[in-house]
Amino acid sequence: MSAITPELVAAHQLTAEEYERIVRLLGREPTYTELGIFSVMWSEHCSYKSSRLHLKKLPTKGPYVLQGPGENAGVIDIGGGYAAAFKIESHNHPSFIEPFQGAATGVGGILRDIFTMGARPIAVMDSLRFGPLDDPRVGPRNRRILQGVVAGIAHYGNCFGVPTVGGECVFEPCYNGNPLVNVFALGIVRQDRIFYARACGIGNPVVYVGAKTGRDGIHGASMASAEFTEESKQKRPNVQVGDPFMEKLLLEACLEAMETGAVVGIQDMGAAGLTCSTCEMGSRGGTGVEIELSRVPQREAGMTPYEIMLSESQERMLLVVQRGREEEVFRIFRKWGLDAVAVGEVTGDGMLRVKHNGEVVAEIPSRALADEAPVYDRPRTRPFRTAPMEGPEFSSHDLTADLIRLLASGDLCDKRWIWEQYDYMVRTNTVLGPGADAAILRIKETGNSLAMALDGNGRYCYLDPRQGARLAVAECCRNVSTVGALPVAATNCLNFGNPERPEIMAQLVEAIEGMGEACAFFETPITGGNVSLYNETLGEAIYPTPVVGVVGLMKTGLPVTPAFKREGLHVMLVGGLGACDDKRFGATQYAKVIVREIWGLPPLLDMDYEKRVQAAIREIVGEGLAESSHDVSDGGLAVALAECSLGGVGAEVDLPGDDRPEFVLFHEGPSRIVISTAQPDRVERIAARHGVEFLRLGHTVRGALRIRQRGRLLVDCSVEQLRRPWESALEEALRG
Amino acid sequence: MKFGIVVFPGSNCDHDAWYAVTHNLGHEAEFLWHDSESLNAVDAVILPGGFSYGDYLRCGAIAKFSRIMRAVERFAREGGLVLGICNGFQILVECGLLPGALIRNRGLRFICKQVELRVETINSPFTSEFQKGQIVRIPIAHGEGCYYADPRTLDELEAEDRVAFRYVDNPNGSLRDIAGILNAGRNVLGMMPHPERASDPLMGSTDGLLVFRSMVAALSHASR
Repeated sequence: MSAITPELVAAHQLTAEEYERIVRLLGREPTYTELGIFSVMWSEHCSYKSSRLHLKKLPTKGPYVLQGPGENAGVIDIGGGYAAAFKIESHNHPSFIEPFQGAATGVGGILRDIFTMGARPIAVMDSLRFGPLDDPRVGPRNRRILQGVVAGIAHYGNCFGVPTVGGECVFEPCYNGNPLVNVFALGIVRQDRIFYARACGIGNPVVYVGAKTGRDGIHGASMASAEFTEESKQKRPNVQVGDPFMEKLLLEACLEAMETGAVVGIQDMGAAGLTCSTCEMGSRGGTGVEIELSRVPQREAGMTPYEIMLSESQERMLLVVQRGREEEVFRIFRKWGLDAVAVGEVTGDGMLRVKHNGEVVAEIPSRALADEAPVYDRPRTRPFRTAPMEGPEFSSHDLTADLIRLLASGDLCDKRWIWEQYDYMVRTNTVLGPGADAAILRIKETGNSLAMALDGNGRYCYLDPRQGARLAVAECCRNVSTVGALPVAATNCLNFGNPERPEIMAQLVEAIEGMGEACAFFETPITGGNVSLYNETLGEAIYPTPVVGVVGLMKTGLPVTPAFKREGLHVMLVGGLGACDDKRFGATQYAKVIVREIWGLPPLLDMDYEKRVQAAIREIVGEGLAESSHDVSDGGLAVALAECSLGGVGAEVDLPGDDRPEFVLFHEGPSRIVISTAQPDRVERIAARHGVEFLRLGHTVRGALRIRQRGRLLVDCSVEQLRRPWESALEEALRG
Repeated sequence: MKFGIVVFPGSNCDHDAWYAVTHNLGHEAEFLWHDSESLNAVDAVILPGGFSYGDYLRCGAIAKFSRIMRAVERFAREGGLVLGICNGFQILVECGLLPGALIRNRGLRFICKQVELRVETINSPFTSEFQKGQIVRIPIAHGEGCYYADPRTLDELEAEDRVAFRYVDNPNGSLRDIAGILNAGRNVLGMMPHPERASDPLMGSTDGLLVFRSMVAALSHASR
């Protein structure tokens, strides 16, 4: 057995203080295997040691919440005796090292979290962020990463049979060395069939099911808890390899086994593998777990206890089964051609006891690992930013050309090249798929529908993390409301740099607090999520990028989509023009793409007004008054109008106000939704009742977009002139 | 009528086919496990989409050897209606019930999209409810859907009026725009597009339902 040296402790990314804490908890020096176990369980990724203190500030309860944070996924009541289980998970670090497998196993991991709860996954969305595809230095690498990530998501989701129904894809130089891959998955479960990751019933067997254990992914969780350096390129063996076919079998077998009533608890083996699943199940159940590693199905010979415990081989689950009913469960796994082996049992002593050929190689109190991980109140200063408050002088020569350039820019261009590679229809529930403000899924079991949206905005959060996080929540709820659904719950993924830097820690805390304020205000409690820190390469951190996923409830019906459907309808702006000034213009897409700078502050959000706008649009859509509906966000009003026109029917509008035209067309003030309607009076009555401004902008027309300001023509072009560059931009960028 | 829907490990459109038949069409359906030797006296068989056996080796190549396919082959030889959708089509060509092969899409990427098809023949138990030449909207979702066969086979398919559907705007490089073909007995249809995804107004098209309605019409005619 290796002696535990300070070097070995440091190599496990444990501090000297943390090591002392381990010795104190055990009352002795740990064994090598135990050191490995502590290192993964106490890694940032598994223990949330830097964020835990602050995550408590998030609202987690509400009338729809059945299960908040702490389980594999959050669960909400969707009516009719059914529930939705959902969560976001990040796979940022692996996706940089090996884009295809990194992204694929990201999808696989979150799907397991969902069906661990007994829920059948019915939808996935992805939030992707990459460095610019045309970056002079690393453009080719960014293109390769994007292609690999998209192919990996497609490979896993398509084969597994879950539709990928939407998401976002954004480009900024800060993601050059740290792409973000956040996957939001949702499943449906009967409320009386929800399963939990708890080891209950002393003497019950602990059953290992699924793929065999190999040497892949050892220390994946610790890798995700460190910055990238030159050596990180050698971490490829830490990335796991996914097999979506195996996962599909595992899904069917687990759901079938759960039906028998013989399964007491279940936990997937994700980050930190067997280690995490055994000690968390014991800790949650208030029990202990004893396992014998020689019984664990292994892919290769000669694996050490350390390797078996830390392996992150994919597509594996741990079940606690009622004693005496093992055979019922084994029979189901045999039917699906999967390994199922009793590897241990639930004990009453609260210990995680690991044996190898009968010899005890690790013996640790479960609680010490799962619940007594260090919690840090890391020092923080002011959020990091180098952007100035004042922007440069600028003035447009050709606003139509600006609009076309914006539509052909990375963040705003058509992402069809990406989402057509995803099967977004399988399971025949996708009422509204990719390319809309939110996705809509009909729920066959209840006859109702769900809406899902996924949003983040690193630029806003970089300038002001608190306001940026509030804006992300507001936009996500607005997206769900725009299709007519009531937002009821949320999940988040917090992507930040190194929390040991006080100015990064400040970003994290500000963003969490802002998100908490907005989620409380919009009544969308956070039911679970994920924190991904150390998103830095060679000391350069990403923009603080909190991403939020919101779930909404609605009646089933044909969807209201962004596109104008026919000529001669009234184009209305629910929420009014909004306001902007020099400072608040610095985070916009116009500032990014046309001025090529970032400055000032994100748009101003009045949460109370926003909430009223959302209530109004839900009523307008719900009453069937809107023939199209699209929220104003990235790129502002002109981009929103152009997006509504891309189907072929455009608009002729005249805007009021005296603001400079760049602001009127392109400012990104929230709380605004463009609709087309044949019944403007009824729309106005609803808006007025909610105390919301409304404007009749003009009419839909065939094949053109013309925008005036008090009669002065600002934008004049055919829909074709807008559509072609928008459609071809991504493919052209990928060709390099 | 009772449809049998085969479930291979890795099938993932089995429930969609079941839902289309039972809820949208209003007939009975039952799942048939890949390891079963019997078709349980169903009136017609559907080989659904998905990734049977993970599509390892080659799409449909392993499914060909499953026990249930012996029963399906026998059923087809006796004139029973067999509809292979997407992966089901790939399995049918692998086991020789239909000619040709399905290879990687021309663009080498998976494509999921709503496409337009032209109905080339209504002289079959799968297409009798369409109009000849009708343009219908039925989505595709595949990575290996490029239909390939030697020129003589293609000529033969055309001469015998066995091309059921062609793509209006060929998405995957299929030779002669072929999207679906019949066997010589006209009782086996393989098609890459998913009619079960176009059977519900909520999914944006109900054109696919006509495939199932045609089958019901043929079966009720036969039983009369």
